[in-house]
Amino acid sequence: MTLDFGAILSQWPLLATGVANTLLLTALSAVVGGALGAACAWARAQGPLWLRYVAGTYVELIRNTPFIVQLFFIFFGLPMLGVKLSPEMASVLAMVVNLGAYATEIIRAGILATPRGQIEAAESLALNRFQIFTRVVLPPALRKVWPALTSQIVIVMLGSAVCGQISTEELSYAANLIQSRNFRAFEAYLVATAIYLALAIGVRRALNWIGPRFIFGRP
Amino acid sequence: MVDFTLWDILRNLLLAARWTITLSIVAFVGGGLVGLALLFARLRGHAVGDRLIAAYVQVFQGTPLLMQLFLAYFGLALLGMPTTPWIAAALALTLYTSAYLTEIWRGCVASIPKGQWEAADSLAMSFSEKLRHVVLPQALKISVPPTVGFLVQVVKGTALASVIGFIELTKAATMITNATFRPFTVYGMVALLYFCLCFPISWWSHRLERKLHAGR
Amino acid sequence: MPVVEIKGLRKRFGQNEVLKGIDLSVEPGEVIAIIGKSGSGKSTLLRCVNGLEQFDEGTLAVDGKPLLHDDRAAMRALRQRVGMIFQSFNLFPHLTVGRNVMLAPELVKKIGQPAGAQRASMLLTRVGLGEKFDAWPDQLSGGQQQRVAIARALAMEPAVLLCDEITSALDPELVGEVLRVVESLAAEGMTLMMVTHEMNFARKVSDRLVFMHAGRIHEIGPPDELFAHPKTPELAQFISALNH
Ligand SMILES: Nc1ncnc2c1ncn2[C@@H]1O[C@H](COP(=O)(O)OP(=O)(O)OP(=O)(O)O)[C@@H](O)[C@H]1O
Ligand SMILES: [Mg+2]
Repeated sequence: MTLDFGAILSQWPLLATGVANTLLLTALSAVVGGALGAACAWARAQGPLWLRYVAGTYVELIRNTPFIVQLFFIFFGLPMLGVKLSPEMASVLAMVVNLGAYATEIIRAGILATPRGQIEAAESLALNRFQIFTRVVLPPALRKVWPALTSQIVIVMLGSAVCGQISTEELSYAANLIQSRNFRAFEAYLVATAIYLALAIGVRRALNWIGPRFIFGRP
Repeated sequence: MVDFTLWDILRNLLLAARWTITLSIVAFVGGGLVGLALLFARLRGHAVGDRLIAAYVQVFQGTPLLMQLFLAYFGLALLGMPTTPWIAAALALTLYTSAYLTEIWRGCVASIPKGQWEAADSLAMSFSEKLRHVVLPQALKISVPPTVGFLVQVVKGTALASVIGFIELTKAATMITNATFRPFTVYGMVALLYFCLCFPISWWSHRLERKLHAGR
Repeated sequence: MPVVEIKGLRKRFGQNEVLKGIDLSVEPGEVIAIIGKSGSGKSTLLRCVNGLEQFDEGTLAVDGKPLLHDDRAAMRALRQRVGMIFQSFNLFPHLTVGRNVMLAPELVKKIGQPAGAQRASMLLTRVGLGEKFDAWPDQLSGGQQQRVAIARALAMEPAVLLCDEITSALDPELVGEVLRVVESLAAEGMTLMMVTHEMNFARKVSDRLVFMHAGRIHEIGPPDELFAHPKTPELAQFISALNH
């Protein structure tokens, strides 16, 4: 048994493209999925009754089905309804929908922990409901649940490896391409796995840095 | 092309779901045993062992399960072992599960107050007596809801075994889609089947969690 | 022969030397009260005596047998001779009161069911909780829990009992019931080393008072003498601070 990593590393431009696309997918879905999660969290915590049920059903449906099935349903199934998506679009959509469901529950937990008095104070200042939610309720809630949200974004990034299966050109796709050229499958996937590990650590660090500076203000 | 009725599709999916369930049970039981062994090794408190196990957990939690499956599949072949999708999937999912469960359980043990260990110490109990009679019974109680909750992750994780060719629910769906050209129906049904498997477990885990907190 | 004999005991936490050479021997039946400012090392000293903390220098012997941290059998033997009561009771919440008392004798001393239960019941009666055998710890008041903890320690038939501020976590009206139990133990000849902030109690019950300051035994002697004629300004200051 000999391992040959040179054959993999010489293909670094492919790997670099893969990394860039994985990060791009993750960034897009983190932003949109996070916003979706915040909106659904509001719907579940403070929305009208029917909306609570809609949001609740969405959350449970997504959390109790595998991401790969969600992805295949969107990419292969939706065209039957006339919604034809590129692999990249389908991937982003699946990741957004998936992260949105988990983010809903995470952010909702943060919202429920907001003291009633803060909301009353904001009401007494004549802020409207939207302002109260985005300015008073959300920032401290996000601060409280930021570590959980960070973990979930990392989980979604790692899950995006499946998107290569519909030929989205992310990192796992690059590894697959390399091994189909030189038949060094184990080495190719080992290198990709190591890169994922580094990305997971890096993205976590980056989010820990970004959160207090740009999302919910300094603690 | 064969004409599939809805019932044909459902019947074939249900047959394949048996393998989703089998793989889930194997991974959960196997992962539980390995996770327990890792937990005991870690509780012994040797610095080197502790580091190694922490790294093991970080690797499995910080990399895609899909990559772990590929590595198991091609790694076994590299070692000259017989590789079938079934063996590779069972191996990868077992290790994956063990990493998560050992970490969940370690958290439960760590949440037992230090005073409990010290009280047992002062009563001259040995390490294994302390674990068996004082710490583990308390940790066990709080570990049940998150452990049951993780079972949902395992069931969903088995769907990735389809990518290395293990024929379970998701792989069957792909095969049936290729024969019927009805991806919307087939993947919709598959999603519902997974939901029927996972939702009761999620719900049960939540209920246990609430009962635990109410009991305090 | 002293029950506990401590010679030149030193203990460091990292760079911070907490015990700076302690010499103390405790005779059978003696009651030692340890007082001193917060951070003076009182708890650390007690915890060294039953091996919850490892000391760095010096020797410590119980019943003439030296404490050896690396010898598991010796540690187990030593801990059977040294009981400890904690500030926060530390009862096992998953066991009934009776099982709390019976567990260690059953495991360590191999005492069988009927004998163990009988002894536990007797000890619980002795601390005034005979009817609580089947109760759960969280159904008891703090004072009751602490008395169960005392019964649990006594069940191992220790030669010496260590008490670290055992009434500090209690509501004031529950302190008395616990102190009365300790007092009765002292009267029956139990050897006690207790850290306490209850000065009147220490004065009344103890044979010798230890005043600790900055990791050393600063003064030691009969309680009345120490309170009446402190030899050092530190003790004088400590006593005068109590009266305010
Ligand atoms: N586990 C530990 N790690 C590091 N330092 C410790 C530890 N335990 C105690 N110390 C330090 O040792 C010193 C003595 O602590 P100790 O608990 O013995 O004091 P004490 O006299 O019992 O005080 P108190 O009256 O507050 O209980 C303190 O400075 C404390 O910060
Ligand atoms: Mg103390």
